[in-house]
Amino acid sequence: MNPLHLHENWTALRTIVIKEVLRFARIWVQTVLPPMVTMALYFIIFGGLIGSRIGEMDGIRYMDFIVPGLIMLAVITNSYSNVVSSFFSSKFQRHIEELLVSPVPNSLIILGFVGGGVARGLAVGAGVTVVSLFFSPFSLHSLPVTLSVVVMTSIVFALAGLINGVFARTFDDISIVPTFVLTPLTYLGGVFYSVSLLPDFWQGVSQLNPILYMVNAFRYGLLGTTDLPLALSYGIIIAFIVGLYLFALILLNKGVGVRS
Amino acid sequence: MTQPALEIRALRKSYRNGFEALKGIDLKVAEGSFFALLGPNGAGKSTTIGIVTSLISKTSGKVTVFGHDLDREIQEVKRNIGLVPQEFNFNNFEPVAEVVVNQAGYYGIPRREAWQRARHYLGELGLWDRRKDMARTLSGGMKRRLMIARALVHEPRLLILDEPTAGVDIELRRSMWEFLQDINCDGRSIILTTHYLEEAERLCRNIAIIDHGRIVENTTMRSLLAKLDTETVVLELRAAAHQLPAHDSIRLRRIDDLTLEADINRGEDLNHLFQLLDGAGIRVQSMRNKTNRLEELFIRMTQTVESTGLDTRRAS
Ligand SMILES: Nc1ncnc2c1ncn2[C@@H]1O[C@H](COP(=O)(O)OP(=O)(O)O)[C@@H](O)[C@H]1O
Ligand SMILES: [Mg+2]
Repeated sequence: MNPLHLHENWTALRTIVIKEVLRFARIWVQTVLPPMVTMALYFIIFGGLIGSRIGEMDGIRYMDFIVPGLIMLAVITNSYSNVVSSFFSSKFQRHIEELLVSPVPNSLIILGFVGGGVARGLAVGAGVTVVSLFFSPFSLHSLPVTLSVVVMTSIVFALAGLINGVFARTFDDISIVPTFVLTPLTYLGGVFYSVSLLPDFWQGVSQLNPILYMVNAFRYGLLGTTDLPLALSYGIIIAFIVGLYLFALILLNKGVGVRS
Repeated sequence: MTQPALEIRALRKSYRNGFEALKGIDLKVAEGSFFALLGPNGAGKSTTIGIVTSLISKTSGKVTVFGHDLDREIQEVKRNIGLVPQEFNFNNFEPVAEVVVNQAGYYGIPRREAWQRARHYLGELGLWDRRKDMARTLSGGMKRRLMIARALVHEPRLLILDEPTAGVDIELRRSMWEFLQDINCDGRSIILTTHYLEEAERLCRNIAIIDHGRIVENTTMRSLLAKLDTETVVLELRAAAHQLPAHDSIRLRRIDDLTLEADINRGEDLNHLFQLLDGAGIRVQSMRNKTNRLEELFIRMTQTVESTGLDTRRAS
């Protein structure tokens, strides 16, 4: 990045982020509202109706246990789907060309789309948190851990969504990964149960699931309990951010999916 | 000496499916010129424009814009170009003004100034009143003008328009031409691709003709027209002509009983045609030009290239 153009680059980045935020804000009934309704249902059914029969999980009331996991579920899916659908539709409608002809470096294109994804992830996450207050008392063990984990997790999945968007050729391609990879991994990532309940073998398998570390670290931030070392969670999240960012950058530099 | 607005050397493009769309083209567009890249559909115009504007990657060759090499100074190249693409490529679900303001932002223009410029260019193109409407609600001609405003918002020295008047009605086309001419008078270089011959002839001082991925001709409009050695007129007769007179520089052809065509060498007086007809007792009721001169040249050129390939290039 040319330091002479620092100011211009900052303007360009802001422009992309504002545009991305306006995009999902304009259609908030499709983007922000549905996950909050879904999560309210989860709280009622799993937390309220079924949870009352389960009792405690890791020494915590079941309803309180699933709150952090469900917030994370909302953050993960919304960060991801915001970027994948925005990037794909910008290819589909061809307005990605507005960026490609302009001097915005690819690194900033990535940051801009990720910024939009994080904004939506956090907006929905905050909304779900508010909804959770109707079911579960608010608890905050560590603000820095909570915030850093939720923001970084959001970045990971915004980047992943971008990469999906780069490769996607049809509308089917943008729903395959969320449906068949993201949702299962999140459900199996300790949103609804503590992995310590699982037999040894499945505990081992679960530990290959990166989302487990994110959900656990986030739960630690809110409730102060975790089955896994915090440092390991941070290490994994940071490794994913770096790896996915570099991969996305290589793809854009090569023009994969956008330049013939 | 000023750098040319655009210089292309030995540019080749093979698409992934193996199709060779550009077979080594050379092009030079002087700063300040109004340049036409003329060619039939599929000739390679959009491919050329796409490469110059970084939307398509080249296979080989060299592109410089105001002296900046596309391979080494891509940012500078991009800053100097504004593109109006052939197909609509803005976000249909964005308000008109935001399309322009965001584009300014990508070039690092602060938001407040971006709005001022959007106001200026959308105003000039008659779209400021529609600024809050979603882009998709605009008519086809308005969408085209929106793309022109968007291309100008960072005030590029070179404006490239890929078939800007395709599908635009005649009245709007005229006003667009005037607008472009004003812009050109302000010192901006303009490259326009078109397959409307009238458009190139009307607007452009310099022209290149591209066909099947090769530049067939690259010259001034004037010398191009001078190359056309004949002009064809159609004559409607009062009575059937039985015998056609012969002449060195005027060749007559019978189309039907009451219609003749005459090929007249450039430089020949029309009086000679009438003397010739008078002498043969042929009485003319009316006369008209057969086709646009450039069109005829164009058809001839593309035909020779098709039939004999590269060789005509050397011959011409
Ligand atoms: N992405 C592509 N893949 C393969 N062939 C292409 C592609 N884009 C264009 N072509 C072919 O390249 C040739 C030139 O296309 P184009 O530059 O769009 O022509 P023009 O703009 O002069 O009409 C055409 O034969 C077209 O079919
Ligand atoms: Mg074209």
